Amino acid sequence: MSEKKTNRRDFLFTATYAVGAVGVGATIWPMIDQMNPDASVKALASTEVDVSSLNPGKTITVLWRGKPVFIRRRTQEEIDDARSVSLEDLKDPQKDEDRAKDPEWLVMLGVCTHLGCVPLDQKGDYNGWFCPCHGSHYDTSGRIRKGPAPTNMEVPKYEFVNANTIKIG
Amino acid sequence: MSDHEYTPKSKFGKWFNDRLPLLSLASHLTDYPTPKNLNYWWTFGGILTFCLITQIVTGLVLAMHYIAHADMAFDSVEHIMRDVNYGWLIRYIHANGASMFFLAVYIHIFRSLFYGSYKSPREIIWIIGIIIYLLMMAAAFMGYVLPWGQMSFWGATVITNLFSAIPLVGEGIVTWLWGGYSVDNPTLTRFFTLHYLIPFLILGLVVLHIWALHVPGNNNPIGIDIKKPSKDTVPFHPYIVIKDGFALLMFMIVFAFFVFYTPNILGHADNYIEADPLVTPAHIVPEWYLLPFYAILRSVPDKLLGVVAMLSAIFILAALPWLDTSKIRSAVFRPLYRQFYWILVADVLILGYVGAMPAEGLYLLIARVATAYYFLHFLVILPVLGYKEKTLPIPLSITEPVLGGSPNLATAKNNESLNK
Repeated sequence: MSEKKTNRRDFLFTATYAVGAVGVGATIWPMIDQMNPDASVKALASTEVDVSSLNPGKTITVLWRGKPVFIRRRTQEEIDDARSVSLEDLKDPQKDEDRAKDPEWLVMLGVCTHLGCVPLDQKGDYNGWFCPCHGSHYDTSGRIRKGPAPTNMEVPKYEFVNANTIKIG
Repeated sequence: MSDHEYTPKSKFGKWFNDRLPLLSLASHLTDYPTPKNLNYWWTFGGILTFCLITQIVTGLVLAMHYIAHADMAFDSVEHIMRDVNYGWLIRYIHANGASMFFLAVYIHIFRSLFYGSYKSPREIIWIIGIIIYLLMMAAAFMGYVLPWGQMSFWGATVITNLFSAIPLVGEGIVTWLWGGYSVDNPTLTRFFTLHYLIPFLILGLVVLHIWALHVPGNNNPIGIDIKKPSKDTVPFHPYIVIKDGFALLMFMIVFAFFVFYTPNILGHADNYIEADPLVTPAHIVPEWYLLPFYAILRSVPDKLLGVVAMLSAIFILAALPWLDTSKIRSAVFRPLYRQFYWILVADVLILGYVGAMPAEGLYLLIARVATAYYFLHFLVILPVLGYKEKTLPIPLSITEPVLGGSPNLATAKNNESLNK
């Protein structure tokens, strides 16, 4: 058996299997891809928020792509807290300067990076956010400090359209 | 398939049976030789079949009134509870039926663990059973999402986010599961579809489970191989049918107690608040039957490893026939295993309890110890025990210890000599 040469029949089998596999794959893919976000979901990709009425020390939560986004106008004390932390103390090292371009405004997804709950404002050991589901503590920059969450709360793409309006997405 | 040839009496019956041997199958099922020493722990197979049929029938009826849409699901469930004739009854049977299903399946699984029913030659029965158990958990989880209350929404968010622990592709998988960037209407509609499908998959697997059972026949409390049919067996009908029927009646009393007297005790009040993507309830816990695994998930401080530990805790069961190295099936003849068995039962109950408590302080410590012990039991204790344990002598037949007055061969022999 081991000396058996490749003949025309083997070639035909292999070719048939290969074409069959491509056909099966092409048939299955639409069945799988239909579950991905559809055009109407993708169309809701950006939101504009008026932040003119927001005072320092307050947070508003807006819905973007079905997820809560925290927009916090931070106090000077919070900014100082966030900027004085040594990067070595962080589980997911990231400078506050990179998270909040304008130090007064912190914009981030209000979604715990552990399993997706919404953390509570002004709670926890670092006066930032605390997730009630599995006990993750975030600081005033939304960086993970304690608990099971692996990364900092995500900062989405956003920009100031004018002095009073933030466009998320 | 049958152990004996069967010929229908009527001419039509014979004509039909020659073309489709349904009557032979029925004859096989009624005459199926069953060990005569089966105790009431063996009645849960029948009870589970009843649970499955109950869930399918009540589920079909609920689907006639339920609307799978994020804006209407919550209201349609209230519509079922308040407006639909007997809707409250049907929904309470379905919701509590899930709990009863798991109660029965846990007894069924622990019966298997005690009497070694998973061992050769019954490994395939066991593995099919584990697949059924996994599908049950999937069905129960997705069913819990359908009322679109706060616990539905946030339970769905937490559980689907487990997949985000997978490196590289995790986030993509979660988006795919959701059909969006969060749990929303597309998630609800696909969960409804799958929740409808899974019970029929389970039904198919139950047929295979029973088919695989009927090849070697039932294990029994003393765990020995028996000749069938012989004086050690009785026909399934009427002996086992009547015993299963009585146990089912007792089970239905418990079931009815929950449905009629305390229908919401196993649920969470938060689920009577409509889903709100901006507010997470203060204390999220899964349904009671998933708590031990939830405790294992939370006891590991790392996200990925936590998920791996939780899934391993379930999949390790599939490897059980090879992890348990003892040739003796029944714990009746394994004095050491019997003790470890009860420690495992306690361990799982403790995991369930701490799973319902906040993951901090002493609870977290207990959860970690109990999680470690769970894996220790399957990965170390069971394999080693098979070599080290001094087992008791096993009887040669079921009838022998009964006539000898003791399940122990040595005692039985002794009694015999005394009687002479």
